Amino acid sequence: MRFRNPLANARNHGAAGGGVEHWWAQRFSALVMLVLAVWVVYALVSVVGASHAEAAGFLAQPFNAALAILFIATALYHSRLGLQVVVEDYIHHRGLELVLLIMIKVAALVGGVLAVVAILNIAFGA
Amino acid sequence: MATENRPLSPHLQIYRPQLTSTLSISHRISGVILSVGLIAVVFWVLAVASGPDYYALFTGVVGHPAGLLGMAVWSFALFYHLLNGIRHLLWDAGWLLDLKGAYASGYAVVIGAVVLTLVSWWEVLV
Repeated sequence: MRFRNPLANARNHGAAGGGVEHWWAQRFSALVMLVLAVWVVYALVSVVGASHAEAAGFLAQPFNAALAILFIATALYHSRLGLQVVVEDYIHHRGLELVLLIMIKVAALVGGVLAVVAILNIAFGA
Repeated sequence: MATENRPLSPHLQIYRPQLTSTLSISHRISGVILSVGLIAVVFWVLAVASGPDYYALFTGVVGHPAGLLGMAVWSFALFYHLLNGIRHLLWDAGWLLDLKGAYASGYAVVIGAVVLTLVSWWEVLV
């Protein structure tokens, strides 16, 4: 069933056509984090108030290192998608909007690389 | 195409605040808070990887009253966003979309978030 007015098609107005992918990515990353939430609770209980040796020992275990990387990467991705929508909805200056959107993407990427390198560093004892 | 003089729908402050609209915007606000918190998570991983001195610096900042307040806000935002996110996923699946379901799940999310926050801070509070 088509909901689009034929005139809208003729004028080529209406939805930009890129929303569905974003919508699914937001939901899928939410579901991934929902599954990982069990481990996150375990991780928080383990590292809150921990000494440096205890925290490093926790992250050094392969299972914890892998899930920490998975969780931080998924959270950064989910966060990037969410912040993107917030900026698109509330920033009405096109130039500022674009700058913020790029900054959000770059920040998520940089944060992800920093976190992954740090965790691998701990895990491989470098 | 002229867009300046189009009629606008009544602005936000015209409407009486309702539980549903308040929780809706709270989901976005908590998402933004969690995004800021993610920066702290990345710094935590970096601090663990960088050695005891940097780790002590990090725990010092987090252990400061202002840091603890930030952690408290962050944890409430986390539990709220987690529970309300599940509510959103249920809506996406087509459940709880009637007025009664939206309100009942809304109250459940608020109560659940408060309870989970209190439980996780119990040792500090008592």
